[in-house]
Amino acid sequence: MKAFAYVNPATEKEAVAALKIDGIAMPLGGGQDLLARMKDYIDSPDRIVNVKGLDATVTATPDGGLKIGSAVKIVDLAENAQVAALYPAVVAAAGEVGTPQIRNQGTVAGNINQRPRCWYFRNEEFVCYKKGGSRCFAVNGENQYHAIFGNDGPSHIVHPSSLAVPFVAYGARFRVVGPNGEREVPAAEYFTMPTLQNVLKENVLDDEELLTHVILPAPGNVKHGHYEVRYKQSHDWPLAFATVVLMMSAANGTTGANGTSGNTIRSARVVLGAVAPVPWRSRPAEEALAGKPLSEATAALAGEAAVSEAKPMSGNVYKVQIAKTAVKRAVMRAAGIKTV
Amino acid sequence: MSPKDGFGFSRRDFLKTAGAGSLATAVTAAGVAEAHAQAGVRALGPGDVPVTLTVNGRRIDLRIEPRVTLLDAIRNRADLTGNKRVCDRGACGACTMIVDGRTVYSCSTLAIEVQGKQIRTVDGLASANGTLHPVQQAFCDVDGLMCGFCTPGFVVSTIALLEKHPNPTPEQARKGLDGNICRCGTFVRVMEAAMAAATSSAGGVRRG
Ligand SMILES: Cc1cc2nc3c(=O)[nH]c(=O)nc-3n(C[C@H](O)[C@H](O)[C@H](O)COP(=O)(O)OP(=O)(O)OC[C@H]3O[C@@H](n4cnc5c(N)ncnc54)[C@H](O)[C@@H]3O)c2cc1C
Ligand code: SF4
Repeated sequence: MKAFAYVNPATEKEAVAALKIDGIAMPLGGGQDLLARMKDYIDSPDRIVNVKGLDATVTATPDGGLKIGSAVKIVDLAENAQVAALYPAVVAAAGEVGTPQIRNQGTVAGNINQRPRCWYFRNEEFVCYKKGGSRCFAVNGENQYHAIFGNDGPSHIVHPSSLAVPFVAYGARFRVVGPNGEREVPAAEYFTMPTLQNVLKENVLDDEELLTHVILPAPGNVKHGHYEVRYKQSHDWPLAFATVVLMMSAANGTTGANGTSGNTIRSARVVLGAVAPVPWRSRPAEEALAGKPLSEATAALAGEAAVSEAKPMSGNVYKVQIAKTAVKRAVMRAAGIKTV
Repeated sequence: MSPKDGFGFSRRDFLKTAGAGSLATAVTAAGVAEAHAQAGVRALGPGDVPVTLTVNGRRIDLRIEPRVTLLDAIRNRADLTGNKRVCDRGACGACTMIVDGRTVYSCSTLAIEVQGKQIRTVDGLASANGTLHPVQQAFCDVDGLMCGFCTPGFVVSTIALLEKHPNPTPEQARKGLDGNICRCGTFVRVMEAAMAAATSSAGGVRRG
């Protein structure tokens, strides 16, 4: 990798100031993504700004939610009792990221902001759209791990973050600081679908901005399910996965306001991972779940609906079935039905 | 090399680094200028900077560039070559070290970032008289290796596993060791070694 200067700021303010240089400055979390990119000359920053000194705590918010600091390690998220009690899908996702070593080092913000794993992107020789080139090599190339949704734009990556998917499903907001102060962005709007204008990035963060917190709202009366399908049980990203958060009409076993059974799904959030350039919210699956009893039959309907609009590429048709199964089993898990 | 360097450098070592060193001198001036421009946030490097590591309880003073990984610092500068450099991308586990009680891929960790932390490598496990650590002994006893190149990483991961779960279930052992890969494929024996080490040390592993 190219030699760089290293800055170790203590505060958000110092970190933001340190990013402003003549040249390229990049924040460094656990380094599990960035250092590999630098070794492969995908990125060659002049300056590295360590952001592990930012907030590394999980704190309760007044409204009954949680605020997760950007520097929290993935392992600490996976082992946090408060997170497990309120947002079990976050813990399920965090506990399966990569390997123990990656979870010990990787941070929440680094995981969310990690760059695509597309093998053309990761290879210095392929100057594709994402690296300022004028074509996507995946279209006529090897695309078995690429997108099956959102394939209308120039790039066909799947977003690589496991944590982003449950964060979107729980309606999280991301706190961002920059030279002009701070802002909050709904997680669902943080990630951007590729266009020719924005294809160099996967989100709305400016170069001089930092993600500092993930703010999760109180979950309310919900049931949660998370299901990942992987080739290997570690050392790799999922082929497809899903988080479902089901707003239930009343506590289980009781009767809801309009005489509906407590087992009725009032509304649902269904978000798929590893299938699109962003965490992919499936409206058809959400509609298929709303108003239905929570059962295996309903789960199957949601799975069917989730892939009804899939547009796979030449080499990844098989992912449609996997995505369907992931949604179905995530709903079954929410229902407490045993899955493989 | 600076007199602060805790290690005698052979002529060969010097030649290996001389090229980078002279380049470093040139860029250090730029680094210093940059540091002055940034009130409150001091930039280190890109040339050599002093880095002090605590490895297996021993203090090691180095002068290295910020880009040097913990693995390269320890192998190439401190001459502790037990942990191996294989993929160099956080995807195999041969470089696994324990930093403040947790396993890390030392290839994907900057040395400058682990100053003040307790770093443990496979080199620090055996006693001075050559007696192997119980985990090392268990790998030998059950033949938990083939070519052996991944073994240092597996041994270190096993130690971290047993410190967290002194009597691991097979599931805990699998999950604890799944950040390491054996290209020869002797995972069954590695699992046996981990379970045997747990038994032989009766639930308490001597700290490495
Ligand atoms: C073998 C292997 C398997 C893996 N499997 C998975 C998996 O299953 N699921 C998954 O999600 N990931 C997986 N990963 C990726 C890994 O989880 C990420 O690389 C890691 O979480 C990144 O976190 P980090 O803190 O190390 O980020 P870094 O590498 O430090 O940073 C990543 C990016 O985020 C930017 N960044 C860091 N902090 C901030 C901030 N506060 N604000 C703005 N930008 C910031 C950096 O500039 C950089 O561009 C795997 C990686 C490997 C090597
Ligand atoms: S999918 Fe995206 S990252 Fe991969 S080659 Fe196409 S444009 Fe590049």
